[in-house]
Amino acid sequence: MADFQTPALREYPIIPLLHEGTMAHSRPFVAKPEHQASVGFPGELVENWEQKAVDKLGELVSKSRALQVFLDSCVKCGACTDKCHYYLGTEDPKNMPVARQDLLRSVYRRYFTFAGKYFPKLVGARDMTKDVLDEWYTYFHQCSQCRRCSVFCPYGIDTAEISMAARDVMDHVGLGQKYSNEIIGKLHKIGNNLGLPEPALRDTLEGLEEDVKDETGVDVKFPLDVKGADILLITPSADFFAEPHIDGLIGYAKVFHAAGASWTISSYASEAANFSMFIGSHDNLRKVALRIRKAALDLGVKRIIFGECGHAWRVAYSFLNTLAGPFEFLDPKYPVPQHICEYTYDLIQRGKLNFDKSANDNLVVTFHDSCNVSRASRMGDMPGGQFKIPREVIKACVNNFHDMAPDTINESTYCCGGGGGLLTDDLMELRVKGAMPRMQALKEVVDEHGVNHVAAICAICKSQYTKVLPYYKFEMDMIGSVHGLVSKAIRLNPVND
Amino acid sequence: MSVVTVIYAILFYAAALIFVVGVGRKIFIFATTPQPLKIPTTPAPTTRVGVWARMMREVVVFESLFKSNKWIWLFGWLFHMCLFAELAWHLRYFTEPTPLFVTWLHWFTNFTGFGMVAGLLGLWARRLLVDRVRYISGPSDHLMLALLVGIGASGLVMKFIMHTDIVAVKAFFLGLLRFSIQPLPADPALMAHLAMVALLMIVFPVSKLLHAPGVFFSPTRNQVDNPREKRWTRGWSAEYDNTKLDSAE
Ligand code: SF4
Ligand code: SF4
Repeated sequence: MADFQTPALREYPIIPLLHEGTMAHSRPFVAKPEHQASVGFPGELVENWEQKAVDKLGELVSKSRALQVFLDSCVKCGACTDKCHYYLGTEDPKNMPVARQDLLRSVYRRYFTFAGKYFPKLVGARDMTKDVLDEWYTYFHQCSQCRRCSVFCPYGIDTAEISMAARDVMDHVGLGQKYSNEIIGKLHKIGNNLGLPEPALRDTLEGLEEDVKDETGVDVKFPLDVKGADILLITPSADFFAEPHIDGLIGYAKVFHAAGASWTISSYASEAANFSMFIGSHDNLRKVALRIRKAALDLGVKRIIFGECGHAWRVAYSFLNTLAGPFEFLDPKYPVPQHICEYTYDLIQRGKLNFDKSANDNLVVTFHDSCNVSRASRMGDMPGGQFKIPREVIKACVNNFHDMAPDTINESTYCCGGGGGLLTDDLMELRVKGAMPRMQALKEVVDEHGVNHVAAICAICKSQYTKVLPYYKFEMDMIGSVHGLVSKAIRLNPVND
Repeated sequence: MSVVTVIYAILFYAAALIFVVGVGRKIFIFATTPQPLKIPTTPAPTTRVGVWARMMREVVVFESLFKSNKWIWLFGWLFHMCLFAELAWHLRYFTEPTPLFVTWLHWFTNFTGFGMVAGLLGLWARRLLVDRVRYISGPSDHLMLALLVGIGASGLVMKFIMHTDIVAVKAFFLGLLRFSIQPLPADPALMAHLAMVALLMIVFPVSKLLHAPGVFFSPTRNQVDNPREKRWTRGWSAEYDNTKLDSAE
């Protein structure tokens, strides 16, 4: 791993000057042929790949109004240039959203527009060459598809869509990213990203039952593959495996217990994550989503609830009905799917849960809005419910809460730096640098309000924070699950006594 | 009839044809390309009416740009609003009698020409001075600004310095609409102004000016946020029937 310097946190955030090529060396490991095969792509660069890449690009544009409009409409106004955390953290101009788009737009123009065909120099059109492909691989793996740029663009141009398309084109000509493709392959085969088979999952859940019993004296269940349960819980597999994710899972189980709900996890669909979105692959996206439909049908559940995971919630909220619906076989009283925060919030509103907030009095908490939840989904029935509901759940459980600066939360939230299929050790430099704007905002509330805990609702954010916090001289266990706070504060005895 | 008149008549017929066919074709492509998934940038309106309101805020006050960068917003908004006023004001060359609302603009148009040019120069200054914007600017971006400044400046010259025979100009354009070619005054400022306008119309369908129709088709701005309430399928996402899958198992 190359040496690099962690960016300095300043008194005030600044917009850096350009430093060309600072991240030109950053490339994630390339997928091996077997990883490529597991997601249906050629194992290595195919013959005549230039033409095939151009053809694929043309096909994608013709099938997506978003791509068509975004590629044609950018006016180079520059409004997005200082909005990307990767630009702010790396100072590499190709990490400015419009510059990233232009890596692909230049090829689109060359082959599909009048100006690019006849006046390439004038409009910056380029042939599809090996250098261009390498540049794509480098810089389309420096975009976490967080959509922050899309909020600020006057035409809503979303660089995430363009990154997804670029990765899809690369996969189709045999150049894939190891991290994402290997994981999607595991998910197809076993049912979750970790490759945790049913017996291991059952073991883990039984272990959790014992832990909670030891700690609280209450028989909180973690049911697996229970036919006829009301609720199917789909949660990121990180929740089964590591801190601080597990505390969240324990929190969901305690909420279900306190509500007297009948629920189950499925070993067949034991994963909320769907990395297929990151690589822009519709076939894989749909294939993964259909596991959830099948699990819901096989188990005969009435409703589906998702655990804390950012991109998973985007796929669930925005795409699940499209990809795997219609869900007429579920109880029409509930939206399909629901977020665990919606579920807990609703119980709180109806006075069904009891909390002892003082259990969290050692904490001064802030909330990290995850990109995909904030800018690509909703909770509840009001626009912006995705900001309010998790905060209300937190405030029901803690006495000390402070938000970070307004231009770094809600729809303007900064990515943790590890989203979009970049949460891999071979991109550590990028992850640390990309986290800078978020860490800067965190430092402000740490210094001003003594914040010592960040609650998040995304498995990727939680893992990323754990890794990068120490680079910025914070404690790595500052990060936790929203339902970890719920877990600590909730009282498990019946409410009506 | 002078050669100049004939050349300009042909030029404007050609430019109008290219503009209408080119932009029409692009709008057709935008409108018929499916958007298979729901991707509004949230928080987004949950109703059609809400989406209309969002779109109006985008095109009238440039809401997203305002959130993003106050300088670009200021220059960009000033330019566009003055441009719209000027376009409306120019309707009087194409209508007889001139619609009443156009005449109301009379007072504003003492300033809108300057506003246009000032906005453009502000945007151009950013392109030259701010390193990030300089980096993303290509030759076509500078040429487009030059063209627009040229149109604005030549218009100002005619309005305030070298007046042209606007009655004759009006007769020329009304004539074009009726396919009868009337003489066009051969003033240099007018020649330059009209040539640049024709050029703008010609490059419109193959340039970034497509943002004008594009903004209305942008899925991140024009989609209703209701994927759970109403199943959305278009294009490839409409090609599957998942209920068939269930029974096949
Ligand atoms: S804000 Fe939008 S239009 Fe402006 S440069 Fe960025 S992508 Fe292009
Ligand atoms: S989607 Fe996020 S990471 Fe990608 S270019 Fe935009 S701001 Fe940067």
